[in-house]
Amino acid sequence: MLAFIIRRLAQSALVMLFVALIAFVIFRYVGDPISSMVGVETRLEDREIMRERLGLNDPVIVQFARFIGNALQGEFGISYRLQQPVTELILSRLPATIELAFASALIALVVGVVLGVYTALNPRGYFSSGIMAVSLIGVSLPTFLIGIGLIYLFAVELGWLPSNGRGEVVDLGWWRTGLLTESGLRSLILPAITLSLFQLTLIMRLVRAEMLEVMRTEYIRFAKARGLTRRAINFGHALKNTMIPVITITGLQLGSVIAFAIVTESVFQWPGVGSLFVTSVRDVDVPVMAAYLMFIALIFVLINLVVDLLYFVVDPRLRAGKGH
Amino acid sequence: MTEPLLSVRGLTVEFPTRHGILTAVEDISFDIMPGEVLGMVGESGAGKSMTGNAIIGLIEAPGRIARGEVWLNGQRIDSLPPEAMRAIRGRRIGMIFQDPLTSLNPLYRISDQLIETIRTHLPLSQDAARKRAIGLLDDVGIPDAARRIDDYPHQFSGGMRQRVVIALALCAEPDLVIADEPTTALDVSVQAQIIDVMKELCAERGAAILLVTHDMGVIAETADRVAVMYAGRLAEVGPVRDVILAARHPYTAGLMGAIPRLGENLVRLNQIPGAMPRLSAIPPGCPFNPRCPRVMDHCRSHRPALSPIEPARKVACWLYPEVTEA
Repeated sequence: MLAFIIRRLAQSALVMLFVALIAFVIFRYVGDPISSMVGVETRLEDREIMRERLGLNDPVIVQFARFIGNALQGEFGISYRLQQPVTELILSRLPATIELAFASALIALVVGVVLGVYTALNPRGYFSSGIMAVSLIGVSLPTFLIGIGLIYLFAVELGWLPSNGRGEVVDLGWWRTGLLTESGLRSLILPAITLSLFQLTLIMRLVRAEMLEVMRTEYIRFAKARGLTRRAINFGHALKNTMIPVITITGLQLGSVIAFAIVTESVFQWPGVGSLFVTSVRDVDVPVMAAYLMFIALIFVLINLVVDLLYFVVDPRLRAGKGH
Repeated sequence: MTEPLLSVRGLTVEFPTRHGILTAVEDISFDIMPGEVLGMVGESGAGKSMTGNAIIGLIEAPGRIARGEVWLNGQRIDSLPPEAMRAIRGRRIGMIFQDPLTSLNPLYRISDQLIETIRTHLPLSQDAARKRAIGLLDDVGIPDAARRIDDYPHQFSGGMRQRVVIALALCAEPDLVIADEPTTALDVSVQAQIIDVMKELCAERGAAILLVTHDMGVIAETADRVAVMYAGRLAEVGPVRDVILAARHPYTAGLMGAIPRLGENLVRLNQIPGAMPRLSAIPPGCPFNPRCPRVMDHCRSHRPALSPIEPARKVACWLYPEVTEA
């Protein structure tokens, strides 16, 4: 198992190196860093001096090495637009995105698994057919449309929930959370549902398909032949075997949820890294874009690693077997 | 005379399909006495396993028991509500499946699966159930049971897993064990051991066995009586020695003739010509008539019922004057 972890870590490092190369290329070659930093009236000589001082005339490989070195220390330069260190900027926006992503992943996982199990166990029921039909809509409607629809219904027409922002936040020093105030929680509901809907239908359909598959296996028939209760068979024997592919998909989807929070954050003006990225793209704030790319890649790599390790927890066949 | 433990009367299993109703098992009746081993033999698709599944109430939808009755110890069990039937499964009827590689849940320890089953049926504490589970594994011949009990299924060989399956089937001391091809998926070298373990443990506990197999050799060594199935019907029932030495039904005779004997100088293996009909195309009259070497005109239009011809033997064949029409 240790060899497996080391191998996965090495692979992860390789992936990150490659992403860093792309981020570096964007950082260095999309537009001219000097013209982005200085005003139009700066003289050419001054520009050249600055170029030399910032090391932009060094060989590319040296610049890339410097970029990696800085990145390892969490250093991605200064945002052109906001004149703040990029890392600081991202870290200050991160709690909003993470809270949103985890809230929607939780909704997607819990509701998705429950509905998936239900539709698998009652494949011919009216309620199941209804859920399956609605889930098709969930998969095919674009996120922004769902978000706008929810805002129209619950914020504009019914006036139950706020339509934008995070509400009041509590500063814990290193983390600004909206989970501790009522307005924060109320603000979280609509964007979290919007963001979760696609994943929810995906997980539900996956759980349903896997569960139907598992219910046909011999060990489920044997469990029935031993007279185990329906509960023990459905929620013990069947569900546990269903969970292996669900863990993979949920893990990977958590990455996408964070990455694709961009749309939801824009619709709800949620002050997370996604909306930071959108404004950065608009203003060609290249350091922020490069750092965001690295950051999303890091999250995907980390989640993949965790998913791989979770397999070992769930599936005993992967653990080093004694007496095998 | 003692009452039969299991009594099957006119059991018929049907599968409604788009092309009409398929009858997988038709009008079969037989008894199993307490402690008796009844072998049920026939080709693939003859309805042997379906009969076992029907008795234990595990016919997969849309299949259903269309007619007939199943009685266990004087209680009718084919029409019980699901929860009452569940309580009988594992407790009064145990079942052994064909493939030990797929019949154990790969994600649960052997101990979990045993203790869960024991505690479902018997009012025992976790510790008492664990002790009982270790004792059972010991009985089925798993060495170092107290240590191996916490292993996962994949850590056992196929033969050892089938022993675990037997322990699981026997863990609540059922009166009847249905063994569905218990050795088919195993190496020839361990088949005999598994059969011995199963037979010995059932004999100790007084449990009867319905042994479903296509292996006539296993039946000959194990069973007291044998029931021969063909195309969803019983062709012949009788004491195992009598049936093997003097088969009455031409199909049974064909089956026996197909077993090669040591020392025989065969150029080709004997076989019954043709194949068993599909369920959708069972011929009128005796279902065996297109393949039967002794077929008569009467056989093609009239279906024989399983009828007693000698004190302990029944056969469904027009060669015998005692046989009546179904």
